[in-house]
Formats: sequence, C-alpha cells, structure tokens
Amino acid sequence: MPVIEVRDGAVALSGRPVLRGIDLRVERGEFVALMGANGSGKSTLVRALTGLRPLSRGGITLFGTPLEDFHEWHRIGFVPQRSGAASGVPASVREVVSSGRLTRRRLLRPLGAADRRAIDDAIELVGLGARARDGVSTLSGGQQQRVLIARALAGDPELFFLDEPTAGVDLPNQKVLTDALAALKERGASIVLVAHELGPLATLVERAVVMRDGRVAYDGPPIPDHVVHEPWLGEAHGHHHHARHESSYARDHAPHVRSPLEGRP
Amino acid sequence: MTPVELFSEPFMQRALLAALFTGLAAPVIGTYLVQRRLALMGDGLGHVAVTGVAVGLLTGYSPTWTAVVVAILGAIAIEVVRERGNTNGDVALALLFYGGLAGGVLLTGLGGRRAAELQQYLFGSITTISDGDVVVTLVLAALVVVVGVGLSPQLFAVAQDPEFARVAGLRVRFYNLVVAVLAAVTVTVAMRTVGLLLVSALMVVPVATSQQLTRSFRATLVAAMVLGTLASVGGLVISAFASYQATVAPGPTIVLLSLAGFVVTWPVGVWLRHRARLRRPFADEAPDEHTVSDHDHDHGPGCGHVAVPHDDHVDYVHDGHRHAPHGTHYDEH
Repeated sequence: MPVIEVRDGAVALSGRPVLRGIDLRVERGEFVALMGANGSGKSTLVRALTGLRPLSRGGITLFGTPLEDFHEWHRIGFVPQRSGAASGVPASVREVVSSGRLTRRRLLRPLGAADRRAIDDAIELVGLGARARDGVSTLSGGQQQRVLIARALAGDPELFFLDEPTAGVDLPNQKVLTDALAALKERGASIVLVAHELGPLATLVERAVVMRDGRVAYDGPPIPDHVVHEPWLGEAHGHHHHARHESSYARDHAPHVRSPLEGRP
Repeated sequence: MTPVELFSEPFMQRALLAALFTGLAAPVIGTYLVQRRLALMGDGLGHVAVTGVAVGLLTGYSPTWTAVVVAILGAIAIEVVRERGNTNGDVALALLFYGGLAGGVLLTGLGGRRAAELQQYLFGSITTISDGDVVVTLVLAALVVVVGVGLSPQLFAVAQDPEFARVAGLRVRFYNLVVAVLAAVTVTVAMRTVGLLLVSALMVVPVATSQQLTRSFRATLVAAMVLGTLASVGGLVISAFASYQATVAPGPTIVLLSLAGFVVTWPVGVWLRHRARLRRPFADEAPDEHTVSDHDHDHGPGCGHVAVPHDDHVDYVHDGHRHAPHGTHYDEH
C-alpha cells in the first residue's frame, strides 16, 4: 500500500487553476524530492498533500485513507517553510519542539515520560541539545530550521513533508539537516521534501519529481540541479528539444519583459 | 478612619478580591494576544463592550452581562475578519474601536442617561462593586485562568504556527475562537477594576514587562500573572492610602503602577539582550592558518574581557580582536 496516492489531483486558488492532472504514488520508505522553479506549484502540492489546500478535483489518500477521512495526524510530520518573524512572546527551543508532541497527547494531560524522551531525542538528533532552554529568536536561521525539524520529529511520524528545508540555510547547517534526514531514512520513514536546489541532500534523494507550471514534468531517478531548470524538461515532444531550445521558443515559467523598442528575435 | 478600619470595610474587601482575580486573569489571555501580535485586541474589545454597557443601561439589564454578550460577538467578528484574511487584523480592530465607542455614547444619550453613569464603566469603579458583581468577577476570572493555563500547550502551538497546528490535527479555528471569547470575557471582568478604556493595559503591560526577562513562553505567562496581580492589588492599596490626601482613582493607579514596572524592567531587558548578543558563540569554523597574536595580557575567567564560545574553545574579545588560547600564546581568530 502506498503511503501517498494522488489521482488526477488539481488545485485552484480563488478559481485560478494552479495544479492540474497530478498523479503521484509514494511508497513506504521512499525519499522523494519535489523540485521545480519558483511558482511551479511544488509547495502548493505539499500543502494539498497535508490538507492545507483543498483539491478542486481528484483525490488524495494517505496510508490508504482518503484525506477527508484521515485523522491519524500523528503519522504525519510537517516542516513548514520557516517564517521570518518570530512570535511576539519568547518561546524556548524545548517549548516549540514540545508542540510537535501534541499529535500524541490528550487534552489537559501533562507531558508523560515517553513524551519527554521523544522531545529530548528530537532536540538531540538535530544537534541543539545545548540550546534547548534558549529562546528560538536568538538562534540563527539554520538553527531555527533545525528546531522546526525537531518539532516534526517529536511526534514520531512515519511520513515527513518538508517545505524548502534548506532555503536560506548556510552549508554547515545544511549538513546537519542532511544528517538528521539520513537518520530518519534509516528508521524507515518516508520523506517528501520540496527543494529549489538539493545541495548536500542530493546523496539521500532516491527519486525526483520535477514540477513545471502546475504539472508533473518529470518523475524518476534524481537529476542534477541544473537539469531541473532546463526549459526542455518535460516537454511533450522531448526529442525536439534542441531545435526548440535554439530557436528560443522555450517558455520560461516567468513572463519575458521586453521594452517596446526591442524587436522580436 | 484608620487604615485598619478602611481595609476591614466590606466594600474594600470586595474591591481587593476583585483586584486579585482580575490581576491574575487578565495577563493570561494577554499573553496569547501578544503572541499573535494582537496586543491591541483588548482595546478593540473594550470599545465594543462600551456599546454593550450602553445596551444594558438602555434596556435595564445588568450592564455586565450585556457587555459580555456584545464583547463576545465583537471578538467573533474580529476572528472572522482575520480568518477571511482580506482585511488586516489591525484594520478590523480599528473599525471596531470606532464603531464600539460611537455606538456606546449614542445609545447612552438615547437612553437619556448621564455621561457620568457610563464613566464608571469607562474608567472603573472598583470600590462601588456589589456582592453579585464580585461573584461574577471571580467565576469568570477563574474560568479564564483554568482554560488559559489548562489548554496552554494547544493555544501556544496554534498561535505559534497555525499551519503546523492544523497538520498536527488541532482544530485551529476552535482554539482561535476560544482565545477570542476568553479575551472578551476578560475585558468585561476587568471592566469594573480598571475600566473599559484601560482594560488592555492590564492584559498587555505585565506581559511586556515579564518578557524583558524571560526566554520561554511558560515563564513569561507565569511572571505576567504574578506581575498583574501585584500591580492590581498594589495599585488598589496605594490609591486607598493616597485617598487620605487627595482624590485618587484606583483604575489609573493600577495601570500606572503596572507601567512603572515596565519602565524599571526595560533597561534590565536591554542590558540582558545586549549581553546575550555579545556572548553568542561564534559560528564560523576556526581558521586553518595559525596567526600568533603578540600580546602580553593573560586572559582567564574574570580578566575583564568577554569570553565567547567558538567551536571547541573560547575566544576572548580584546580591542576588536578575538584571542584564542593556544599553548603558551594566543591565536588570532
């Protein structure tokens, strides 16, 4: 049974179609990178998979259960894009990570021994043990990203969604992130991560899904970062790509800006 | 009347009880509002509650209950506007400010009531509080504290990162409404103590004060509750003693005492943050090349130079240089 299955998925934002015709299966234990340019829909796809964006057609099943009937949220670990602004009140690393444990806690019950252990392990795994009592806002961007990963880890999920975990993170921190994700993979977790570029993560990724203009343009073994952004990737008539490329008909994801005096090529 | 007699008067004891519970409850919900960057929401709800009080004065129902109902409706309206996301939270608040205050003054005039009657709700009149009002205040304040502290893990998570909370299976909208309704209840609880126009101060100022010194959410919450209680009971006592000499209203005294706490704490917070920044570990890796610094000062604990952790050792910051001990000499890092 696949952990994720999307059939003919489409997402519309205020009536405008953003994702169309998405078919995707992710098997247990897979490490999938969702790649593509800005605006290609890769983050929207993750938001749809986590239930944050409703589908306008098609269906998603997680662990064999349709998303609308899915309630086993403790099996899901979500690492959202790091929001720049910290909240208005100080919060320690431990407190933020503890909120990841809420998927397994009952209302109005204090943290049990198992909860504490899971929280400590998660902080330790991302290498922030020495800073557990510090305020999150005093950490660097890369360290804050590690806190968000530890928060997802604290609930012991089986399936991880990470939205741009390496964006704006320096290389040493990217390496720590990679080690943490390698440990997860070792434990048998399935991982879907959104990335503009893979960097050190490339060694872990088993499968790349490249998005372009809201469709899946490529699904297969990982490809180098620069190829992802080649214009011919995923064109229906791939064998023409050289000719099309040279005649510069290749459509970029962003509209071209020309001054009125500039002639067409 | 001696102070002992004054404090054994029933009206004074009712006032002390009301001040104690209000001071304890208001910062609880204030912490969540500040966390969401909605510090002024208490003010907006206070203005809406003015309309509620005026409805009570006009219809003859208890103004406390009409204020609770109208404030809760206002809080839900703010939540809906915020969730739909088209208008900024602060614009929605501004609209409520004006509508609430104007509606209240208009209705009071329509009812033929004098402004003085509305005034005791605008600026508080804790010493005229009745037995029934004390009971209502205690029950509502206890409700705010129990829910606000009991659900703190959930409320913290929802305010910190709503999207993560949703994927964790929390009912985000429900918890947002809980906070909004509790805020409305708090406003009406504090109405008799400090008055509707100063309600927000008792919710927000203790939080602003406590977060100067704290690093965690829980510590901020607890410290704010302690500070709020001290300010509100202290302010009442000060105004009672001062009333031998002059006319001193308890509401403004409570708020000013609370602000005085902030003024005292703020420089300490600035100094603490400055110190923490100076001592934050250097993140870069130690340089490979080996630059010996020529310098005849021996660094050590208490040598007067700031010691900053760097990789596996300590750098001493000395005249803009970073000196790392290496054998018998110091390296430039």
